[in-house]
Amino acid sequence: MAVPKLEQLSKSVVQGPSLATGAIPTMDWMEYPAVFKPGNYAYPAKAEKVAYLDSQSGLHFPNSREWSPEDEDWKLPADWKEIIIKGLKERLDKFRSLKIFMDCCVRCGACADKCHFFLGTGDPKNMPVMRAELLRSIYRNDFTLAGKIFGKMAGAREVTVGVLKEWFMYSYQCTECRRCSVFCPYGIDTAEVTMMLRELLHLVGVGINWILEPVSNSNRTGNHMGLQPHTFKDNVEFLVDDVESLTGVRPNISFNRKGAEVLFITPSADVFAEPGLYTAMGYLALFEAIGLDYTWSTYASEGGNFGLFTNNEAMKKLNAKMYAEAKRLGVKYIIGGECGHMWRVVHQYMDTMNGPADFLEKPVSPITGTVFENAASTKMVHISEFTADLIKHGKLKFDKSRNSHVKATYHDSCNTARAMGLMDEPRYILDHVVDWVEMPENTIREQTFCCGSGTGLNTDEIMELRMRSGLPRANAVKYVHDKHDVNMLACVCAIDRATLTSLMNYWNPGVGVCGVTELVANALVIEGENRAELDDGFRTML
Amino acid sequence: MKYAFSFLAVMALVMIAGLGSQIPGMPYLFGVALPYLAIMIFLGGSVYRVVQWGKSPVPFSIQTTCGQGKSLDFIKHNKLEAPNTTAEVVARMFLEVVTFRSLFRNTKSEIYDGPKITYESSKWLWLFALIFHYSFLVIVLRHMRLFLDPIPFWVGWIETLDGIFQVGAPNWYITDVTILLGCVLLFSRRIATRHVRFISLMNDYFPLVLIFTIALTGILMRYVLRTNIDIVNIKQLLVGLVTFSPTIGAEIGAIFYIHLFLVCALLAYFPFSKLMHFAGVFMSPTRNMKNDSRAKRHVNPWNPRILPHSYAGYEDEFREFMVDAGIPVEKELAPKKDEE
Repeated sequence: MAVPKLEQLSKSVVQGPSLATGAIPTMDWMEYPAVFKPGNYAYPAKAEKVAYLDSQSGLHFPNSREWSPEDEDWKLPADWKEIIIKGLKERLDKFRSLKIFMDCCVRCGACADKCHFFLGTGDPKNMPVMRAELLRSIYRNDFTLAGKIFGKMAGAREVTVGVLKEWFMYSYQCTECRRCSVFCPYGIDTAEVTMMLRELLHLVGVGINWILEPVSNSNRTGNHMGLQPHTFKDNVEFLVDDVESLTGVRPNISFNRKGAEVLFITPSADVFAEPGLYTAMGYLALFEAIGLDYTWSTYASEGGNFGLFTNNEAMKKLNAKMYAEAKRLGVKYIIGGECGHMWRVVHQYMDTMNGPADFLEKPVSPITGTVFENAASTKMVHISEFTADLIKHGKLKFDKSRNSHVKATYHDSCNTARAMGLMDEPRYILDHVVDWVEMPENTIREQTFCCGSGTGLNTDEIMELRMRSGLPRANAVKYVHDKHDVNMLACVCAIDRATLTSLMNYWNPGVGVCGVTELVANALVIEGENRAELDDGFRTML
Repeated sequence: MKYAFSFLAVMALVMIAGLGSQIPGMPYLFGVALPYLAIMIFLGGSVYRVVQWGKSPVPFSIQTTCGQGKSLDFIKHNKLEAPNTTAEVVARMFLEVVTFRSLFRNTKSEIYDGPKITYESSKWLWLFALIFHYSFLVIVLRHMRLFLDPIPFWVGWIETLDGIFQVGAPNWYITDVTILLGCVLLFSRRIATRHVRFISLMNDYFPLVLIFTIALTGILMRYVLRTNIDIVNIKQLLVGLVTFSPTIGAEIGAIFYIHLFLVCALLAYFPFSKLMHFAGVFMSPTRNMKNDSRAKRHVNPWNPRILPHSYAGYEDEFREFMVDAGIPVEKELAPKKDEE
């Protein structure tokens, strides 16, 4: 299970016999079974976590049990087949996207080499089209005339335990990054397919612990780390101390305060681990500098939403805390921190699922007076939008030389780029605070590559897989590292900050990872500050 | 072999029509009954499929943004790639359908020692698809000469343009060459590109072979077997079909029935196949939705009632810790038992 040495993996991805490197499989794809061995699958969810979630109102996580992907027998419920087919029927009736995506693919192959998992593993079933065919073949068999008449010849097959195992393997080798959907002539979005596969698998008690434990933590304690209210507060207060010792200014903070103007929600990882900590310190310094009237919440202390990686019901239940807390505290609107999938949920799902947020007001920056019309209904503003607006109005004073130790590049997270269109706000900010360069054009903006560990795949037992799937991103960073001496990969995503750090350490030692707001805070001149020479910005050890 | 089977299937169709149409009385089956049946299956089937799609709601706003969304005034909005209004969506869809913009973006990746991955622009698929689809469209439009009386004026324009090189007698149409070329290129690409070959099904080869053969029989009729063909009779039959008064005059050559039968097969096959992408592309939620989901609420008709783990429940569990840590609470701690 150990991760192979760099030289070994470097060779393997280029020379290992795979569809990506030129080897041609000899059998039809249906003939290849999914084989599980240590290191190629994430650990299954603990039975008690699944049972806990199933006990929560509105959630449905049945058939909890101890099982192992490596076992022949997955201890599926006796009627698993009916459950799956009935589940598929239900979802076809609920999601037009699923029907269209099942019917319209012409297998042109445009998506094939767009997937970071395919590029890193060379496994044919990691071509997005193939991932969808895993489900499409069952759909044809049970729901189409051609499939019923021509069977295998028309690409149909019956659902078997082997098919289910294949679904488990490949729906957890997809990070729902949607890069393939950019290139598909019909906009077929593999994220939708993967979501459906995962939903179906949960119906028969098949899920992974790295997702379901965070979901249950988020539900109970408010954040995926499972931090209880006092611990969450302690963690933020440590960061306040750090900001004070670095800048001489002690940020004023509050928790669960009624009547604050703004509720601030960010992924809990930002207050828990490096390098996210520095981003969180950045928020504290920034809000202090402008005197924002805001509060943190311990109840809604998680921006990220691991429910997105399970099923739409869990996504809704976790997300609902944001509005519930905003309403309870009587704030005017919400500002959200840097996170990728959190922003997919906020931008594309939150208002639909838990709105209308008629108890909130249309967001207006208290500093510049700018009305955020683009968030008029959801009433939640991205920190990069908020910061870019401050800069545009000259409300922030920067000393760019404080970032002279940094040569940055910018990584668009999949979700903010392709599910939101937030691309130029972070770039506008970077222009003002740091010296930075773009990565090659086919690897940024809407064509950005995933960190390789999104959608709950940032678990250590699949490290080799993560290093493989992260290769396209790492490789583009290496290009600017070699050419421009880039030493910092800036991003607006908490999962990125964790996973890209491992990725850089492996492929590109010497390149750090930071949030955009960390770079903002490094360069920010705060009134009344007494800042020593910080060679390493907010990371300087005093 | 999936592609070999496609050839066999089309050969069988050719044989059926070639031989069958020569049996006395059968021309009415091949010339009248089957065309009506095929067009009914095509129209009915296509409408049915679209209605079936339409019956499923679009619960969430899942647009794929391929450019900067509309946000602050000073951030330049990419109206085509992250449309914010209906007009912008229409423009995005129009260009997608007419110019295949997504395919135009296509890149080809290569992995070299290092490792080093490169992504180079690759427009072949886009080009092949354009050649194929536009040839198909022009040919269908040109065929209106045979179905409509009087012939619409624009048919003449299309024919003039299509035959602009003035080569051969009768004058060769460009699209007659390019439709064959398009089929051959797309078919060859399926065989030659390893990952496309791996994913290809019979359902992918068969329509290409069928359309190729339809074009080939049409070309044979126009340029080679002319003497066997009575174009006046054909026009009479086809106009008759359109006006619901079909008559088959003198004998029409077998090649015509083969051509017509293959077209019928294509029409009947259409609604049950991937060829429905012609309608599906308009209904794809990642492309036809506005990126205004934070400005306007999108409604999910089946939105389930699910409440969050309540704040009250949360405070009940952690109240003591919260009070200790100085975090405000809704309900103060209950007095200790021994103080009661």
